[in-house]
Amino acid sequence: MSEQRMTQDMAVELKDTSDHELIEMHTSGEVGETLLEVDHVTLRFGGVVALNDVNFEIRRGEILGLIGPNGAGKTTCFNAMTGVYTPTEGKIRFKGKEIAGTKPHRINHLGIARTFQNIRLFPEMSAMENVMVGCDARHKTSVVGVLFRLYRVRPSEEELPDSGIRRSLAKVFGISRHTLEERAGRRRSMELLRFVGIADRAHELARNLPYGYQRRLEIARALATEPELICLDEPAAGFNPAEKEDLMGLIRRIRDLGHTVLVIEHDMKLVLGVTDRIVVLEFGSKIAEGTPDEVARNPKVIAAYLGEPDDAA
Amino acid sequence: MSQILDAYRGLKLGDRWDGAPKVVRWAVMLLVIAFAFYLPYLNILPFAYIRTDLSSTGSDWASVLFLIVVYMIVAVGLNVVIGLAGLLDLGYVGFYALGAYSIALFGSTNSPVVGALQSRFGFSEEWAVPFAVCIPIAIVMSLIAGVFLGAPTLRLRGDYLAIVTLGFGEIIRITARNLDNVTNGAAGITQVPVPPGPEIDGRNFFNTIDAERWYWLALTVLLLIIFLARRLEHSRVGRAWLAIREDEDAASVMGVAGFKFKLWAFAIGATLGGLAGLLFGSKQQYVEPNAFMVNLSFLFVAMVVIGGSGNIFGALLGAFLLTYLPERFRAFVDWRPFAFGVALVAVMILRPQGLVPSRRRAREFEDRRHEAEEAAADV
Repeated sequence: MSEQRMTQDMAVELKDTSDHELIEMHTSGEVGETLLEVDHVTLRFGGVVALNDVNFEIRRGEILGLIGPNGAGKTTCFNAMTGVYTPTEGKIRFKGKEIAGTKPHRINHLGIARTFQNIRLFPEMSAMENVMVGCDARHKTSVVGVLFRLYRVRPSEEELPDSGIRRSLAKVFGISRHTLEERAGRRRSMELLRFVGIADRAHELARNLPYGYQRRLEIARALATEPELICLDEPAAGFNPAEKEDLMGLIRRIRDLGHTVLVIEHDMKLVLGVTDRIVVLEFGSKIAEGTPDEVARNPKVIAAYLGEPDDAA
Repeated sequence: MSQILDAYRGLKLGDRWDGAPKVVRWAVMLLVIAFAFYLPYLNILPFAYIRTDLSSTGSDWASVLFLIVVYMIVAVGLNVVIGLAGLLDLGYVGFYALGAYSIALFGSTNSPVVGALQSRFGFSEEWAVPFAVCIPIAIVMSLIAGVFLGAPTLRLRGDYLAIVTLGFGEIIRITARNLDNVTNGAAGITQVPVPPGPEIDGRNFFNTIDAERWYWLALTVLLLIIFLARRLEHSRVGRAWLAIREDEDAASVMGVAGFKFKLWAFAIGATLGGLAGLLFGSKQQYVEPNAFMVNLSFLFVAMVVIGGSGNIFGALLGAFLLTYLPERFRAFVDWRPFAFGVALVAVMILRPQGLVPSRRRAREFEDRRHEAEEAAADV
């Protein structure tokens, strides 16, 4: 990113007092209604049954935990939900619409975003640009629009440039939607980086960020696509207890912004501490579902996690 | 003063440029452009030694400049495809040929297509599609060709895409050679129209003698294209291309419509190739299939790769070197393929990322080399 652009961003940084208005989700749905429905899904790869008749739902506004020992099918389930795999049997419905066979970018546009267990950022882009890619998912400027900027928008008073000639030009010809979207995107990206707590290194390349920052950056990038449902795939992997504590706070704040959150985790303490409901998988089947308290007391879950010595988990 | 100089020292040229005040940048840019426009008349020693017509066997300087600029347009277009979107297109000459043939087929009274239109609608023998209409025709034809080639083939990745595009370039040339009753076959089409302009000294403004006028025209087009290409690069489109290049799957999960943007890259590249072909055909006033051999495709790719893919100025430099040097050293004509080969190998060994790559591209290269080394060490 060029110096000049950087200073522009810095200006945005300084001008903007931290306000969540920029990044809040505005959805029409009601809290508690079914957002995503995993309806008796079975997934087979050849002879291997990765998911066996798994059945649960995610309700709007909740934090749902999806847990299970290694190899229980959590990530497979996740991939089926985000369109990577198509279920062999059963349906996955998002807001009542079936999503099997939909292309990944379409699923994102529907309102599902995810992070990756093994971080997959765009390493040669700065943190800011990574988040901008997420913001672009909601931008409308086309390639032709970028080239010729014929789609003009009448700017509001605060969007007008300060200096004389540019100001008059903007008043007469309006400002191109591209410019406004870029500007809004930069502001929103900055706010998101601040929200996840990594704004201090916004202009560094993603590859040069420390591990914890990279994890947070993935979350910021996913949030930038304005998802109604955000799925976090082992967000605490490799975190120390203090960082996990921070992450729990972050997950709650994500929910408070208006997103529904699905967390896949290993770490029982984190999951029990932050989720509203938990679904437990083992060997591709659901073995329990309920509030953290119920799940923690469930003998099957205890057996799967702590109990029998023959279990490698 | 010395402090300012110290601050400048050690910075890369790109940083210095970005750090310079706006006035300075504009001034430098205008100077460079003015100099570029002045180039055909360059006669001040020692700079005049860069001219190609110093000896009687040399080629016309303004014509060489024109060709350089046409190839620069090609390089900027191909840079969108290879450098930005990361797609290897080995059939770029196909679009170049299409652009040249579009203007020839519709604008020349010598073309069978125009002949058919004349007899169908009862136009006079001198009638042909006006030049101004030929431009959109050429653009639309190459755009459509780009989409038609891209739509089925962009699902392929890497080498497979290169093979299919390589075939495309040859298909266009062979079709042009064999469709006698449309393209005049190997004989080619003469009387390709030139842009309209005022008559000077009883000659058309754009004629075969005053090549510098063609050069100025092409240069203007090139500047416009650079302006637009840079707009693309620093927008959501450029970011999408970069994201696709870095991690296509992650990009699509983040809502980047990978196929759509790749197709756009292809279509934009095709359009620019067509535009360059149009200029070329119009200046030559003659179009024949043998002008679009497959080795021209390789030359185009070499321009982008040697110059430094991903960076417009790298592509410009590559186009300049690979067009200018052979013309300047025409005296050593027998040695040219050899020198070209040696230069190509040398660049690939010493500077695989190209002479002036984009910084991102250079780092991507480094990373891949490290990965390869690590993989080798693991074995």
